[in-house]
Amino acid sequence: MRLAFPTLLLLLICTAQPTYAKGTGFVFVSSEKDHVVTVFRPGTLKEIKKISTGQRPRSMRFSPDRSKVYVACGDDDSIDVIDVEQLKVVRSIPIGDDPDRFDVSPDGKFIYASNEDEGLLTIYDIVNDKVVAEIPVGEEPEGVLASPDNKYVYVASEVSNMVHVIDVKSHELTANIVVGTRPRRIALTPNRSELWVTNEIGGSVSIIDKVTNKVVEEIAFQPKGFRPEEVTPVGIHITQDGKRAYVTLGHANHVAVVDVPSRQVKQYVLVGRRAWGVALSADESTLYVVNGKSDDMSVIDTRNMKVIRSVPAGRVPHDVVVDN
Amino acid sequence: MPKTATSILLLLVLFSSYGIASAAVGTLAIGYLEFKDDPHYRETFLESRYPAQPWGRPFDGAQLAIKESRFAAMAVGVEFKLERRSAVSMEALIRAYEDLYADGVRFFVLDLPDGMVAELAARTKPSAGLLFNISALDDKLRQSECQSHLMHIVPSRVMLTDALAQFLVFKKWRSLLVLRGSQPGDDRLYAAFARSAKRFGLKIEDTKDFLLGRDPRKRDQNNVALLTAGVDYDVVYVVDSQSEFARDVPYQVQKSRPVVGAAGLVPDWWHWAWERNGAPQVNKRFVRLAKRHMTGYDWAAWMAVKIIAEAVLRTNSSNLAELVEYIRGDEFKVDGSKGYPLNFRKWNNQLRQPIFLTIPNWVVERAPLRGFLHQINNLDTLGFDERENQCRL
Repeated sequence: MRLAFPTLLLLLICTAQPTYAKGTGFVFVSSEKDHVVTVFRPGTLKEIKKISTGQRPRSMRFSPDRSKVYVACGDDDSIDVIDVEQLKVVRSIPIGDDPDRFDVSPDGKFIYASNEDEGLLTIYDIVNDKVVAEIPVGEEPEGVLASPDNKYVYVASEVSNMVHVIDVKSHELTANIVVGTRPRRIALTPNRSELWVTNEIGGSVSIIDKVTNKVVEEIAFQPKGFRPEEVTPVGIHITQDGKRAYVTLGHANHVAVVDVPSRQVKQYVLVGRRAWGVALSADESTLYVVNGKSDDMSVIDTRNMKVIRSVPAGRVPHDVVVDN
Repeated sequence: MPKTATSILLLLVLFSSYGIASAAVGTLAIGYLEFKDDPHYRETFLESRYPAQPWGRPFDGAQLAIKESRFAAMAVGVEFKLERRSAVSMEALIRAYEDLYADGVRFFVLDLPDGMVAELAARTKPSAGLLFNISALDDKLRQSECQSHLMHIVPSRVMLTDALAQFLVFKKWRSLLVLRGSQPGDDRLYAAFARSAKRFGLKIEDTKDFLLGRDPRKRDQNNVALLTAGVDYDVVYVVDSQSEFARDVPYQVQKSRPVVGAAGLVPDWWHWAWERNGAPQVNKRFVRLAKRHMTGYDWAAWMAVKIIAEAVLRTNSSNLAELVEYIRGDEFKVDGSKGYPLNFRKWNNQLRQPIFLTIPNWVVERAPLRGFLHQINNLDTLGFDERENQCRL
C-alpha cells in the first residue's frame, strides 16, 4: 500500500503522539508456545519489545494503512489487534474456533479467516464488530488470500488438497482447484495473473492461472542432502517486481529462491530448523525467515543470499511480518 | 510419471466441465468387514486403554474419512459410501464379501484378526478387488502370506520393533533384559523383536518368560521384582501382545531402569498427543465423532478410505485396474498427518510410514530417528526392506 506524499504528510501532521512512526522497519515475530509477538529493530536486530498476546499466536497481517498488526491466536479463538505505535494489543476480535491463516480485505474493513478445527472460512466485519458469514470449506483450511479487487477469497484446505474460491458478495464457493498434497499458503504474483500455492507434503508449489482457475505448472524442490520426503514447503513471498519468489522448505531447513518468470529454482539457502514464516524489508534487501524447531530467525542479505545473522525469536516462532 | 501427469492434466480439463455443483453421477461403495467376536474388542480389553491397542471399533475412522472426502466426491461426481458387515465366522465373512462383490463393491476395508485376513486374501481373486488391512500386524502377511491385492495400512510388528530398536541405539541403551509372554501372539512378537535386536545390534543380557497370576509357587515368573533382579541391563524390554502383564512392570522393576515395549515407552503408529502435521485437528474431528481419542487402528481405517478417495480424485476414474495401478505407483503420495508423504512398498504392499515412540500422554520421538539412513527412502529403515523380501506378488 503506497500512500501519496500529501496524504503521508497529512498523516504525520495529524499524529500528535510522539510514538513510533509508520514504516519503522520493525520486524514482528509471533511464537506459538510463549504467546508473544517479539518486535525487533531492523539492522541491529535488537529486541524492542515482547508483546503479550492471546494463546498460541500464529499468522500475522498488517492493516492496509499499516497502523495495526492482526495476529491470530488459535487457542483463544481470537484475532488480536496490535497497535503499531504503542506496540501493544488494543483489541481482541472473537473470530471463532481455532483461527489459523487469514487476510484483511483491501479496504481494511473485513477479515477473512480460516477456522482450522471447524473447516470454515469466517468473514468478519471489523468496523461493525460482527461475523458476517461462516462458509464451510474443506477440513484444515490454511492459507487465505483476498484478491486485490476484493471480489474473491482463496482458501487452501490441507485435507481436501484444494484451493477453494469464494465469492465475497454471495459467499458461494465458485470453484475448487485441485492442487498438490497438503496445500499451505498462497501468494499472488504482482501482475495478479497467478497464484502460487505451497504443497507441504507434495514438496512443491502449484501455480494456478487466475483467469482459468487451473494449475498450469508444479515446481519441485530438491536441496542437496535432503530426500524428497523431507522437503516440506510452507512459506512463500514474492518480490514487488514479480521476479523472485522465496519459498521456505520446512524440514529441509532451506529457503528456495525461484525465478518467477522462468519458474526455475535458482538457489537454496541454509537456514534454521523447520523454516516456515518469511518476510522482506521495505527495500527487499533483507529477508527474514523464522525457524520453528530451532526457535530462531535467520536474517539473509538478498543481494548475495548469505545469512548475516541468526537471532533467538521465542518458543516455536511461526510467522514474521515487517512494518515497511 | 508421464502417465500420471497426463491423468492429472486430464482431470484438470474435466474439472472445468464439471463445474462446482456437479451432482453425484454414481456411488462408490466401500465394503467394511469386521469379525463380531474379535478378541481385540472385548469390553474389558477396550476399557483398559492399553497403549498401541484399540480403544473401540475403528469404524468411526472410516466414517470420518468419508466426511472429509466430500469435496473430492463433488469434484469427480461420485458419492462415497461405506457398507459395513459384521461376520460371525470365516464362512459368513466370505459370504459377506461375495454379496458385496456381487453388488459391485471393489474396495474392502478389513478390520479382522491376522488369520482371517490371511484366509480372506487367499480365498479371493486378486483381480476381483482391493483389500485394505487396517488391524492385522502379523509379519507373515507381509512376507510368505502376502497377496497382490492386499494392502497393509497398519504397520507390521517389525516396523514397530525396528522403531523402538532405533530409539535404544540412539540413546545407547543397548543392553536389554527381555520379559517374554506366552499368550498367543507373543511368539510372533518375540520373533519381530529378535530380528530388530539383531539388525540394530542390541544385546540381550537375559530373556525371562513371565506368567500372569499370583501363584506363590511361581513367584520367579509372576513377580516383576524377582524377574528383574540379578543381571544388570540398560532397559527392561517387555514382549507382551496382550499388555496386561506389561502395565505393571514400569514401577515394579527391581532396578531403576526404563521399561520399553508393551509398557513404558511403546511404539505406536498414531497418538492423540502428536502435535505436529495437523494431527491435533484430525484427533479433534475424531473425538467429536467417536467421543474418544483416536488410536492407530482408527487412523488406519481413516487412511484406507482417504487413500481410495485420493486415488479417485487424482485419476478421475472408478475403474479398479486404473485405481490399483495409481495407488501402487511411484507417484502416489498421501498425507497421513505424520509428516511424510506416504505410499506403498512395491515388494509387499506395506504402507510406508513413520512410527511414534510414545508414553501415555506424549510422543517422545518419531522414527526413523536422525542418523538412520536408507539409500532410497529413510522410512524403509523400518520393517522388511526389499533385500529381505520373501513376498512374491
